Amino acid sequence: MDRRSVLKIAGAVSAATATVFAMPRMAFAAYSDAIFKQKAGADALQNAYGANATTPSDQVKLKAPDIAENGAVVPVSVETDMEAESIAILITENPSPMAITADIPAGTKAMVKTRCRMGKTTQVTAVVKSGGKLYTASKEVKVTIGGCGG
Amino acid sequence: MSSIRIKAKDRKGLVDVKCLMKHNMETGLRKDKSGKKIPEHWIQDVSAESNGKTVFSAAFNTSISKDPYLSFAFAGKKGDSLKISWKDNTGATDSAETVIK
Repeated sequence: MDRRSVLKIAGAVSAATATVFAMPRMAFAAYSDAIFKQKAGADALQNAYGANATTPSDQVKLKAPDIAENGAVVPVSVETDMEAESIAILITENPSPMAITADIPAGTKAMVKTRCRMGKTTQVTAVVKSGGKLYTASKEVKVTIGGCGG
Repeated sequence: MSSIRIKAKDRKGLVDVKCLMKHNMETGLRKDKSGKKIPEHWIQDVSAESNGKTVFSAAFNTSISKDPYLSFAFAGKKGDSLKISWKDNTGATDSAETVIK
């Protein structure tokens, strides 16, 4: 191998490495303060998925009660028929809106069910990352204080 | 006994998983009787492995309820192993393993 081709390869390798490092942060479900301590949902999405442009979609199925008598335990479920890479739940009025991010590897159903805390009446948004884009579905959950069902 | 209870059932090739983790999930916003803030203490990462392969992983915030409930489903079959583990902000971890029914 002569010097010229060695240099060529070296150049290609360093360019490839630069591309890898320049890529936006990939979505992965590991806890990070940059995502979960954000006060704004858009910033949390930006740090989690490298984008915060979202498209509402009726393919994202968000299930949550209309009225939650006890804001400490509100069942929330997110499901979609799309090929999802990741699912997140945002609770707008909470001190830090991002509640959960879940990785969906190939072979796993695009679904997550959990129970969330809500400080007060709030908009709940389900975010599904599919094909590099973010799709959402939102719903308002009324939280009644005192638990009298008012 | 482990702090995690798992139910995993094969439903026509899709394993339905329900699990409950016993954990205080302290938000850091609550105060005790003397008015001092109770330090935050919550599960940050949860992951599930079946036959050595990660099938689900999630990161939690303090806005997940006390004694978190988590449900998901993945392609698997009866007799496979399923291991779920969590790690909280103090570095404590726990895990539980079960056989899919």
